[in-house]
Amino acid sequence: VKYLILIHSNPASRAIWESFSDEQRAEGFAYYAALDDDLVASGELIASEALADPSLGTRLPMRDDRAAPDGPFAEAKEHLAGFFLIDCESRERALEIAARVPEADLGLVEVRPILNYNGPDM
Amino acid sequence: VSTDVEDLLRDLAPQVLGALVRRHGDFDSCEDAVQDALVAAALQWPAEGLPDNPKGWLITVASRRWIEIWRNETARRRREQTAAAQAAELEPFDAVDDTLTLLMLCCHPSLRPASQVALTLRAVGGLSTVEIARAFLVPEKTVGQRISRAKERIKASGAQFRMPPAAERPERIVTVLRVLYLIFNEGYTASSGSALHRVELTSEAIRLTRQLHDRVPEDGEATGLLALMLLTDARRPARTRPDGALIPLAEQDRGRWDAQAIAEGVALITWSLANAAIGPYQLQAAIAAIHDEASRYEDTDWRQILGLYELLDRVAPGPMVTLNRIVALAMVRGPAVGLEQLGVAESDPALAGHHRVHAVRAHLLDMAGDGEAARAHYRLAARRTLSVPERRYLESRAARLSPAAPA
Repeated sequence: VKYLILIHSNPASRAIWESFSDEQRAEGFAYYAALDDDLVASGELIASEALADPSLGTRLPMRDDRAAPDGPFAEAKEHLAGFFLIDCESRERALEIAARVPEADLGLVEVRPILNYNGPDM
Repeated sequence: VSTDVEDLLRDLAPQVLGALVRRHGDFDSCEDAVQDALVAAALQWPAEGLPDNPKGWLITVASRRWIEIWRNETARRRREQTAAAQAAELEPFDAVDDTLTLLMLCCHPSLRPASQVALTLRAVGGLSTVEIARAFLVPEKTVGQRISRAKERIKASGAQFRMPPAAERPERIVTVLRVLYLIFNEGYTASSGSALHRVELTSEAIRLTRQLHDRVPEDGEATGLLALMLLTDARRPARTRPDGALIPLAEQDRGRWDAQAIAEGVALITWSLANAAIGPYQLQAAIAAIHDEASRYEDTDWRQILGLYELLDRVAPGPMVTLNRIVALAMVRGPAVGLEQLGVAESDPALAGHHRVHAVRAHLLDMAGDGEAARAHYRLAARRTLSVPERRYLESRAARLSPAAPA
């Protein structure tokens, strides 16, 4: 079953990150890289990406060739910061993987199942 | 690649791999070498014609490739080379059938299901990593990783390329059957255009199960699974509309069912019920056979289906068996009895909030004439299913029951 693990960011998580020393931030990056490597090795990773700052996002429709000002995401306290797309055996396994994301402790990680095209008999 | 060449290559794949492993010993590198030989054949044969002895050609090319791989490896660790490979080289290629041994190795109990599936499709099915990835809608790298990890695990577990002791075999066959059924179900989709260029996993599962059945014809559950797949797949031409929407059993044009597949499935299950120890695949096949043998939906023998579900409930109980039994019960004794039992069944934590409970309740309420409540439950079920075609079906059921819908 495929799952999307969404990692959100909020003022509290940003403050923690900003308070880190260079070494701590390097550790943080290494932690994410190791999680990625583990999921590649287990054959469960489909994709994982970090998103650019929401101030660089564009909310449609555009008006006069410009995005609507103050798109809701730019000012939102909480926004999507990255994701893992995985294919794993069960919901339990997906939750186990998601729990390894550090933001999980801050309540910022969400696990959503992906729809499939299986056609059960009716 | 023409289908004839493709079919031939897939049939030869496990035979060539078996011959190579018996000669050289190392499953991992032999499997890689056979893949390379299959790719070479898929390129050359359609252009240059079939060689006189296709199997011999593949064994020669794969062997050459294996020696290359082996040389590269030994160059790296020349000192630790084992004599095993050379000793094994003295064994001649013979006509031993390795399919069963291979199936059991690829479905080794130390592997995760996703790895068992990928390795089985490649090593026994002769599919390439790309084809497997496309069929499962995951990146090629993910599948490649599952395969190499599976091989590492096999090596680490000390499993050998040989038939397990007789006492272990029944249990090992059960694992093989589960993997084959997983492959079948993965292919039982209702997708339209996007399915182009994708390997038909249901056909592949049937082909592999047939190979297994040929090797253990007296195994009731292997027979039962083959029958179940044939009897289910027989309805495929009638189960989707051209736009991809699912058609329920009650509304399918039964004239479009595959009569030949049904006849074969019925013969298999009839034989196995009379001659082998009963098991869950056989019971499910028997249920499928009863559906397939009714020429009209109204002629379905629900009483017999109910009896089989009650038996299945005892042999292999599970939440889905419970729900299907309740549907059959409602067909025999009316929706009120079904709804009553559904209320009880719902207290099982495995079923609480499950979309199928809502779907069954909606169906039973619909039968009972309570359109409004049925509609609400169809909607709930539609929201909670993970299947796009099922959601579409449930939404259209709900819409049909809305007050504004034309009668």
